[in-house]
Amino acid sequence: MIEFFHVKRDIPFMSYGKITTAISLVTFLLAVFFLVHKGLNLGVEFTGGTVVELQYSQSVDLNQVRTKVDALKYGDAQVQALGTTRDIMVRLPNIKGKTSAQLSNDVLDTLKQERPDVQIRKVEFIGPSVGDELVSHGLTAITLVCLGIIVYLSVRFEWRFAVSAIIANMHDVIIILGFFAFFQWEFTLTVLAAVLAVLGYSVNESVVVFDRIRENFRKPNMRGRDVPQIIDNAITATMSRTIITHGSTEVMVLSMLIFGGAALHGFATALTIGILFGIYSSVLVASPLLLMFGVTRENMIKPVKVKQEAVV
Amino acid sequence: MNRYPLWKYLLIIVTVVVAVLYTLPNLFGESPAVQISSARATVKVDPALQERVVDIATKAGFAPDAVLTDENSVKLRFKDTDTQLKVKDAVQTALGDDYSVALNLVPQTPAWLVRLGGKPMALGLDLRGGVHFLLEVDMDAAVSKSLDKTAGEVRRQLRDKAIRYGKIDRQRDSVVVQLRDAQTVDDAANALRKGFPNLAVTPSKDANNYSVSLTFTPASLAQLKSDAVKQNVTTLHNRVNELGVAEPVIQQQGEGRIVVELPGVQDTSKAKDILGRTATLEVRLVDDDQSHIQAALAGNPPDDTVLMSDRGRNGQSSPILVRKDVELTGDNINDAQPAFDEQGQPAVSITLDSPGATIFRQLTHDNVNKRMAMILVEKGKGEVVTAPVIRGEIGGGRVQISGAMTPDQARDTALLLRAGSLAAPMNIVEERTVGPSLGKENIERGFESTMYGFLAIAVFMMIYYRVFGVSSAIALIANLMFLLALLSMLGVTLTLPGIAAIALTLGMAIDSNVLINERVREELRNGMTPHMSIQNGYAHAFATILDSNVTTLIAGLALLIFGSGAIRGFAWVHCIGIITSMYSAVFVSRGLINLFYGYRRRLSSLAV
Repeated sequence: MIEFFHVKRDIPFMSYGKITTAISLVTFLLAVFFLVHKGLNLGVEFTGGTVVELQYSQSVDLNQVRTKVDALKYGDAQVQALGTTRDIMVRLPNIKGKTSAQLSNDVLDTLKQERPDVQIRKVEFIGPSVGDELVSHGLTAITLVCLGIIVYLSVRFEWRFAVSAIIANMHDVIIILGFFAFFQWEFTLTVLAAVLAVLGYSVNESVVVFDRIRENFRKPNMRGRDVPQIIDNAITATMSRTIITHGSTEVMVLSMLIFGGAALHGFATALTIGILFGIYSSVLVASPLLLMFGVTRENMIKPVKVKQEAVV
Repeated sequence: MNRYPLWKYLLIIVTVVVAVLYTLPNLFGESPAVQISSARATVKVDPALQERVVDIATKAGFAPDAVLTDENSVKLRFKDTDTQLKVKDAVQTALGDDYSVALNLVPQTPAWLVRLGGKPMALGLDLRGGVHFLLEVDMDAAVSKSLDKTAGEVRRQLRDKAIRYGKIDRQRDSVVVQLRDAQTVDDAANALRKGFPNLAVTPSKDANNYSVSLTFTPASLAQLKSDAVKQNVTTLHNRVNELGVAEPVIQQQGEGRIVVELPGVQDTSKAKDILGRTATLEVRLVDDDQSHIQAALAGNPPDDTVLMSDRGRNGQSSPILVRKDVELTGDNINDAQPAFDEQGQPAVSITLDSPGATIFRQLTHDNVNKRMAMILVEKGKGEVVTAPVIRGEIGGGRVQISGAMTPDQARDTALLLRAGSLAAPMNIVEERTVGPSLGKENIERGFESTMYGFLAIAVFMMIYYRVFGVSSAIALIANLMFLLALLSMLGVTLTLPGIAAIALTLGMAIDSNVLINERVREELRNGMTPHMSIQNGYAHAFATILDSNVTTLIAGLALLIFGSGAIRGFAWVHCIGIITSMYSAVFVSRGLINLFYGYRRRLSSLAV
């Protein structure tokens, strides 16, 4: 039997509680700082505007393209490389009286003067009203997911579990957003989908640990242990599974990051960060929180169900 | 212990076989085809047409690989897109305007699979290339247009009932009819209430203001708006059909928005031009009173007239004064075809429907020796195409308009009139064009990343968990097939985020198996017998699997409800994937383990 993570004795995770909480708090605050300070580099779906993706048959100098596009005087135009030296993306703001087809044709015509080997791969135009809706829908979705998870976990476990899980979760989400703000990666609709998927995925992780904590509370041979020891045991027992599962998911996501091309890049990046922090937060954020909220054995075992053991 | 009853094994076998059958069609791929369908109700698609197009293609030097005929279309299948394009041009030229010739992709699914109902997943625009539009209907314009029409109707009805009326004033959100005295106000109000049951009719009998005003009730306003969107959807359908696009998607989204997806279309400007145009025809009378014309040229035209420009035959436009009252609109048009008039000039020949024909006959009967103007209204601006003198009553509902137009303009105008007018103009709020090469790349990349990720996971599981790992890997394959089969059966459109969701679902589905396998190991470690370990391992892991999947499902459902477009594609796959993974990871993998270990009496160890 191959075993990577067989630990004979429980690792005292809870005694590191103060340090890990401090680390989390610092990363969280940093993420919030970057979010407020730098803001998200929202994709065209949210801001409205026109995106043109172009491909040259031979590699091209970005600066050249930039000068050409700037010469069109379409306000705040952005030119970026898309993975290779042949693929570029031009982002233009909405201009009154010009349709996106006109805009993209203007760009193509200008660029063709210099290099005739360029062709349009994709044009995307989003009107200004659509973006606002997407933002509000996105926020509604996040709120709804949180509420749904709180309700479900409250029913299946207890409110302390539900609240700890959701805080740990939001911690992950904010940190992903913080990364996107810090590096100014483009925040697109697919990235939003990834963030929401992380929300479901990361809760999943907390649930596995919580499940074990609940089970430990009920186990007769755990009766002598105090709450931190029970939590430590639960985390240690599920650790092997945690790392293997996340490793597998991460392999899949990395595969998307490597082979998926530009279109899946943001999605895979968000998931990678989400998964890494998901492991950390479910073990080292959710569980200390649970302890802080003062979870006890009685919370999990309804008094009626406790069988009286004869004291001999 | 650890044996399934026979029916459970059978259930697993049956579900897997069904999954394989319905996944299969996706493996055969699609080949380019040219689709010929009728552009008019009177032109039928029949075997003769099939022979004809095959003949045309063969003469052009490209015999089709296969010919598929259904009720509405003939499809010729070819090996590559180059041939497809050439044949399309050849067929188009040979058949002319009676047929619409479009590019399409035809699945290469074998016939026996098709008979079983197997069909491949439809590919989203990001995977096959094409144009996507989101159009917003301008509701204010719809209301305004409807009021215009109401004003005309009011006049006609009052005239029919022989009620004398003064000015009919079309105000911002109402139509006001000025009347002479209290008696006519009552008469008019009664008549109009009968004639317009949907409108609020308010009489006013002030001493110096006898009038009746008509406004929309909230209910009729809502109805009007929903009708406007519906009519626009219908009109767009007609126009897109005229454009010759295979499998277009035209759907209402939300209250006042319409999604149009045209797979395979690359020329956005032509598509947009045809979709967004609000061309309609109006027939109005011309005011040839010299004093009125002088006043109008000086800048103050009489109240019931408006100055327009006349597109003269020589190409120079000249001013012309027309009455505001619209006698007839494009809504009464049955058919419109490009034609040539007696002088060989390009023209549009129009056939009116029967109410239209009646109105037109009455109009020409009442106004002999006067001029009527044929006005083409586009984007809210009217232009007089031609303004002939009425020589006598014209019955039969046949009208020809000719002015200074090129044959191309005549063809476009006929197309727009034939396809019907839009109830309200629309603005494009979202537009996406994806080139076909990009779509192809997206598929390849999505497929590759899923495959490599899957292989890495499967190999790891088999090495790390041995027999249990093999069963997990098989369960994962089964999961993939269940997922693909369900998506194909449900007719879900596959998008790039959808492929990402498939990959992610597989990556997450393995969680259930890891949970089980780890649990079984733990039970063994705690000194349980192998059989008990399997039993307890599965039982204990199940509660955890259920909880974690439900929470993930909550996130998936929220995405499904609030997501739009690409996100929805992701959410569908994600949600279905969670459900299939529960089935395969718990039920199927247990079946395999039971089969392997369950029938061994003396089992001393497990390969886990």
